Amino acid sequence: MDIIVCVKQVPDTNEVKIDPKKGTLIRDGIPSIINPEDKNALEAALRLKEAYQGKVTVLSMGPPQAEVALKEALAMGADEAILLSDRAFAGSDTLATSYTLARAIEKIGKYDLIFCGRQAIDGDTAQVGPELAEHLNIPQITYVRDIKVNGSTIIVQKALEDGYAVVKSPLPVLLTVIGELNEPRYPSAKGIVDAFRKHEITFWTAADLNVDKARLGLDGSPTQVVKTFTPTNDRSAEILHGDLDQVVGTLVGKLKAKNLV
Amino acid sequence: MRFSLTPEQEMIRKVVREFAEKEIAPLAAEIDQTCEFPRVNVEKMVKLGLLGIPFPQEYGGAGGDHLSYAITVEELSRACATTGVICSAHTSLACYPLYAFGTEEQKQKYLVPLLKGEKLGAFALTEPNAGTDAASQQTVAILDKDDYVLDGSKIFITNAGEADIFVVMAMTDRSKGTRGISAFIVEKGTPGFSLGKKEDKLGIRASDTRELIFENCRVPQENILGQEGKGFKIAMSTLDGGRIGIAAQALGIAQRALDETIQYVQERKQFGRPISKFQAIQFTLAEMATKVEAARLLTYRAADMKDRGENYSAAAAMAKYYASEAAMDVTVKAIQLHGGYGYTKEYPVERLMRDAKITEIYEGTTEVQKMVIASSIIK
Ligand SMILES: Cc1cc2nc3c(=O)[nH]c(=O)nc-3n(C[C@H](O)[C@H](O)[C@H](O)COP(=O)(O)OP(=O)(O)OC[C@H]3O[C@@H](n4cnc5c(N)ncnc54)[C@H](O)[C@@H]3O)c2cc1C
Ligand SMILES: Cc1cc2nc3c(=O)[nH]c(=O)nc-3n(C[C@H](O)[C@H](O)[C@H](O)COP(=O)(O)OP(=O)(O)OC[C@H]3O[C@@H](n4cnc5c(N)ncnc54)[C@H](O)[C@@H]3O)c2cc1C
Repeated sequence: MDIIVCVKQVPDTNEVKIDPKKGTLIRDGIPSIINPEDKNALEAALRLKEAYQGKVTVLSMGPPQAEVALKEALAMGADEAILLSDRAFAGSDTLATSYTLARAIEKIGKYDLIFCGRQAIDGDTAQVGPELAEHLNIPQITYVRDIKVNGSTIIVQKALEDGYAVVKSPLPVLLTVIGELNEPRYPSAKGIVDAFRKHEITFWTAADLNVDKARLGLDGSPTQVVKTFTPTNDRSAEILHGDLDQVVGTLVGKLKAKNLV
Repeated sequence: MRFSLTPEQEMIRKVVREFAEKEIAPLAAEIDQTCEFPRVNVEKMVKLGLLGIPFPQEYGGAGGDHLSYAITVEELSRACATTGVICSAHTSLACYPLYAFGTEEQKQKYLVPLLKGEKLGAFALTEPNAGTDAASQQTVAILDKDDYVLDGSKIFITNAGEADIFVVMAMTDRSKGTRGISAFIVEKGTPGFSLGKKEDKLGIRASDTRELIFENCRVPQENILGQEGKGFKIAMSTLDGGRIGIAAQALGIAQRALDETIQYVQERKQFGRPISKFQAIQFTLAEMATKVEAARLLTYRAADMKDRGENYSAAAAMAKYYASEAAMDVTVKAIQLHGGYGYTKEYPVERLMRDAKITEIYEGTTEVQKMVIASSIIK
């Protein structure tokens, strides 16, 4: 079973602080991590490989520093890692991101399964996985919380707001997974050593892909960020003081005045 | 000179820290009270391959370097010093002599399962009457046909009650002094080999420290490590490396005490402001931070020298001497800055102080480190 896992390197938002004056993220000195749900995706891929053999390839688009995220994925047990890195990719919105990933996956060629995280903790759109499936013209199942393989079909549980649906699909298929799916393993010490000493990361630029340049990066991104702002909270609270009967009386009066009781 | 870790070492740190914080730290206070050996921590470390970091993969190790190993012991000890010494004693004191002095057969039979984590190791040099004066070994090993027969006892042996494979020093020829000491590989369960009671200790309380008793204990001749008479050299060279592990343990304890204190002084308010606003507090923190950093540099340097094949004996002694005193000093200061709360078990700093003390004692007391350092200066 050949599996491709899309991983994104993201700032550890647990550590991110907001600049109180500018309202923007302070990214300086913030450690970068593998997007948490992408680790769940990789864990699922590794377990399937352990059960059915095959190969796990991790794919990321990002700046050269994203190499560290791929090294960690290799340390966890991925067989191969490809980093799509080029100035031409900079400023991609989800459409350009998914387009670029799709062309890279076509170049990789053979695959039975593609895994994505449900959403990235920085961009938070949850669009890349579904868009990628559309570009590749393969089925997709999102919010996956359980996976079973049965020959050339896959049966998964897809989380819903108040339950789950069991969905069956032929392969190849793209799955976006949620944290509930599994507990990602820690990379082993040997895995880390091998990731740095035995594995090479493959770097692809735009020139390595069969792409329409106009669909890459900023130029290929119809999304325009007009303005970013921190939402303000205009609601006000009033605390009633005094003796209980009096407070209750005042409260009921206020609620009645607003037609709430 | 560049004081930075390689990306590989950085990742080891990141992973072991995350592992230790999530999996090891939550148990630390409890096992300090129950004194129960944390088997579950051993199993978890084995999964990550943390019990054989600086050994080749062909023997089941991770193939990493000694600096990565030191970082690992540091991060484990930052979470739980008991767990740190389980890893350190196993790696430095049991695996290392087997790797450095064992025959290929011995390595296959004993080192491989130790590095894979299927077995746990221990090292037995100290005796009731041979502590600092380790050369005064009273345990004897007499060759009788194909076996050595061991008689005597060892004391204060780390991992003893949980270990499967022991490296044991014994006198094979008293007339030759230190050259009459030999090293043996002894398996748990060998007839005539038994364990004494578990020591009730000030710190690293869940680490299993026991007496070993040998009564007419027959060990096959092929279990001698190195040659007859090489035991003292093997023990001393083993301890040279072990001191890097203990320095790293001390460093991890000190770092934790510093981290706890930095957080506490910013939260605790007196005289209407956080106590971190007082310069006396800031100065103490500055002293603590400087000592931790100096300990780190000495420790990493000793490990790096070992990786580069240099003579690291004095460097390891300096690292252990300095880091253990730093750990003691920093943990005492940490309690002071926590005030009365620091004296209670509500906060981890009192445990850190109790754990720190042992680092000045085992694998050669501070006085012994000074002897090693001085002898490298005055030749
Ligand atoms: C309104 C808006 C404007 C933006 N403008 C810009 C901009 O001007 N410049 C800019 O640089 N960025 C910009 N971004 C960010 C950019 O669109 C996203 O970072 C990127 O497209 C991925 O989307 P996401 O983070 O929402 O991922 P999601 O769709 O939430 O991610 C889902 C999954 O897709 C996969 N995935 C996502 N991204 C990657 C990747 N790069 N490589 C491999 N797998 C991946 C992962 O498996 C991930 O778990 C913008 C985002 C938004 C919402
Ligand atoms: C928890 C624990 C775990 C241990 N684990 C192990 C283990 O796994 N394997 C093992 O073999 N041993 C182990 N030990 C033993 C430890 O290494 C010894 O306790 C240590 O070497 C000191 O020996 P001692 O206790 O006999 O002290 P002593 O040698 O009696 O020393 C008492 C004091 O006198 C000082 N002193 C002695 N001689 C001199 C001198 N010539 N000049 C100046 N000062 C001197 C010492 O520094 C010390 O301060 C462990 C000990 C403990 C407490």
